[in-house]
Amino acid sequence: MKENLVALAGNPNSGKTSLFNAITGARQHVANYPGVTVERKEGFARLNGHELHLVDLPGTYSLTAYSIEELVARDVLILERPRAVVNIVDASNLERNLYLTVQLLELGIPIVVALNMMDVAEGRGIEIDAYQLARKLDVPVVPTVGRTGAGREELLRAAAEVAEGGGSRPPLNISYGPDIDPELSRMEARITSAGFLTDLHPARWTALKYFESDEEVVKRGKAADPALSAELERTVQRVAEHLRKTLDTYPEAVIADHRYGFIAALLKSGVVTRKHASDRLYVSDRIDRVVTNRFFGPIITAVILYALYTFSFTTSKVPVGWLESGFSALKGLFESLLPPGHLRSLITEGIIDGVGGVLGFVPIIIFMFLGIAILEDSGYLARAAFMLDRVFRIFGLHGSSLMAYIVGGGIAGGCGVPGVMATRTLRSSRERLATILTVPLMNCGAKLPVYALLIGAFFVEHEARMMLLLTVISWLMAFLVSKLLRSTLLQGPSTPFLLELPPYRLPTLRGILIHTWERAWLYIRKAGTILLAVSVIFWALMNFPELPESETARFDSKREAIVLDLPEELRAAALAGGLSSEETPEHLSEVRGQLLAVDREEAQAALRYSIAGRAGTFLEPATQWCGFDWRTNVALVGGFAAKEMVVSVLGTAYSMGEVDPEEDAPLRERLARDPAWSPLVAFTLILFCMLYVPCVVSVVCLAREAGSWKWGLFSAVFNTMLAFLVAVLVYQGGRLMGLGV
Amino acid sequence: MPKMYLRRMATGQKGVVCHVAARGELGRRIRDMGLVPGTPLEVQGRAPLKDPVAVKLRDFTLTLRNNEADVIEVEVEDRP
Repeated sequence: MKENLVALAGNPNSGKTSLFNAITGARQHVANYPGVTVERKEGFARLNGHELHLVDLPGTYSLTAYSIEELVARDVLILERPRAVVNIVDASNLERNLYLTVQLLELGIPIVVALNMMDVAEGRGIEIDAYQLARKLDVPVVPTVGRTGAGREELLRAAAEVAEGGGSRPPLNISYGPDIDPELSRMEARITSAGFLTDLHPARWTALKYFESDEEVVKRGKAADPALSAELERTVQRVAEHLRKTLDTYPEAVIADHRYGFIAALLKSGVVTRKHASDRLYVSDRIDRVVTNRFFGPIITAVILYALYTFSFTTSKVPVGWLESGFSALKGLFESLLPPGHLRSLITEGIIDGVGGVLGFVPIIIFMFLGIAILEDSGYLARAAFMLDRVFRIFGLHGSSLMAYIVGGGIAGGCGVPGVMATRTLRSSRERLATILTVPLMNCGAKLPVYALLIGAFFVEHEARMMLLLTVISWLMAFLVSKLLRSTLLQGPSTPFLLELPPYRLPTLRGILIHTWERAWLYIRKAGTILLAVSVIFWALMNFPELPESETARFDSKREAIVLDLPEELRAAALAGGLSSEETPEHLSEVRGQLLAVDREEAQAALRYSIAGRAGTFLEPATQWCGFDWRTNVALVGGFAAKEMVVSVLGTAYSMGEVDPEEDAPLRERLARDPAWSPLVAFTLILFCMLYVPCVVSVVCLAREAGSWKWGLFSAVFNTMLAFLVAVLVYQGGRLMGLGV
Repeated sequence: MPKMYLRRMATGQKGVVCHVAARGELGRRIRDMGLVPGTPLEVQGRAPLKDPVAVKLRDFTLTLRNNEADVIEVEVEDRP
């Protein structure tokens, strides 16, 4: 038992997180529970010199072991034994919120009820007698308003007082009806006398969980005492059989009915008074009449998504620009400080470019999450999921998958990294995994330079139509792949939808900022470390082994032959690359050009000689089926580091020097002229780039969000195979039909 | 009062849950959200493609897919 551990438990949308923020302020720590992607938030609060250690449990409606969130919450309660639990209930929706409260009380944990959102309840004309509620439940009840922090002090004081009590209280005993009660008591007595799991939970609770056929508890029971466990299961079976015959129901349902019955009786006895008839339309309902309207709803969604998208990508351009110029300045600094060679190349091209690439995503992630946090906290995201679920469900996805797809590049130009992270709003695991694995098929911003290059070279007249076609193809592929995954690896019935539409709320600035920062920081910390290593590896792949001396000597002699005509004093400078355009007279520019051509030729030879180049050559026999030679292959290998690298590596491979993805005109013309290229090859390459292995950053994030490295590996292999298959089909089919050859 | 499944109820129609014919995960989830026999509810609307359905109950709005609404039987009031 931890010294001063206080857990916060409550329904989703009960204002738990904002209350947690109000209590702990910025003193928070976010991590994942081991092995699952449920966030564990901890924080501290000080009261009269005592420090309370708070843990914010995931929001749950109940304490059954039905979802990961519930399992995690229950494990903290049972295994970590907090001294007190602050149960946050939404005062404007008391009846359903108390269902969790009753379950907490059954577990025999000392709780304090925070009657939150009192302002909303008052606005709805609901009056709650906190004193009566406290008396009837026999627990302290503190009215609070999480958004303003009102009631914070009183709540902490009550929690500290309860925590003094030592961490347990007699469990709440309610009646579950004449069929269950007598058996429950008998089982309780058996469990107590056998000391069966009594170190973990109260005997009556264990019996209750056997009645609810709770997998987790039954498993634990079987391990502890197989004989007694079997006996309990037999009793439960007998009662279940009886209930089925007499009432056409089963124990779990009966127990839930009695819990709600207990709550209804409690509320009716003077706890809640309503000023208005309960069927009055609330403001939220009126907004929903428009926002989820059959006609206006989809239009509003489209406008909001477009706005979110424009907002995050245009706003992030400025800080991305700062980061880029910062990194290129840093690069320049090292270039001027260090002599040319491996060390300089490692630092500038390996480390600075790699880290710069990772940090370059940060502003996009921050703004994207800022937007999503606003949509989520305001309650809009649930509406979008509600409206679009029907479409996404066909492919085994969930209405909430939409957001991830859009962020990932659903309307061209997003980013897969925040896209994959946006799946956190999805609570159903199979649907979430299918979404995570298909988000990278969207046309993210890094694929666009590749498309631009190839479209510019081969489809210049159909630019807009081509982009539209590619967008459609990527959605289609994502849907098909998802359908495939959900009928094979992620097979299983869809998780129950049952989504609550929380009332619209104005998000608090503090809440949104905390929310955004947490996610950005999580990204920087995890992705940053792994990616640094990966960038260095990529740098090595593209640079080693170096050309043998005989080869470099050949290029050196070529250069010397060119400068032979120059006056003696200029030769050394020319060879060292010192002929800059301002200083050199007109007639020397030709020499300069020739030297540059040799440099590029050498770079091409070096690239081909490197591991990456050899891999590209080695793959030629396979990739010729889709019309790619070693140059394209090595560019695609480079694209694994970052998709836009396809453009710059192609530049090197075609001896064009390193091509800036933004300035690709010479390379474009070169490709358009090349007989090995055709519109068909270009189109095939575009499709390949769309589908093949996501960039390293995405794979790292994907593996993290999916909870296992296996999924990262799967995504890399599966997507590449898919891309290859599609490319071969398109290329061979196109050749057969004589299209674009 | 006539009984019908939640899926068949019209927008604006009210009623009281009388039976939930789901077990396992779905049954548990439905109960967790407070849809137990005896609960009054009102159909608030449907998504643009007529599925899922939004239901108002116990001071909040719950949405469920049509195939989930199929397991919930409601004693309905006469059409408003």
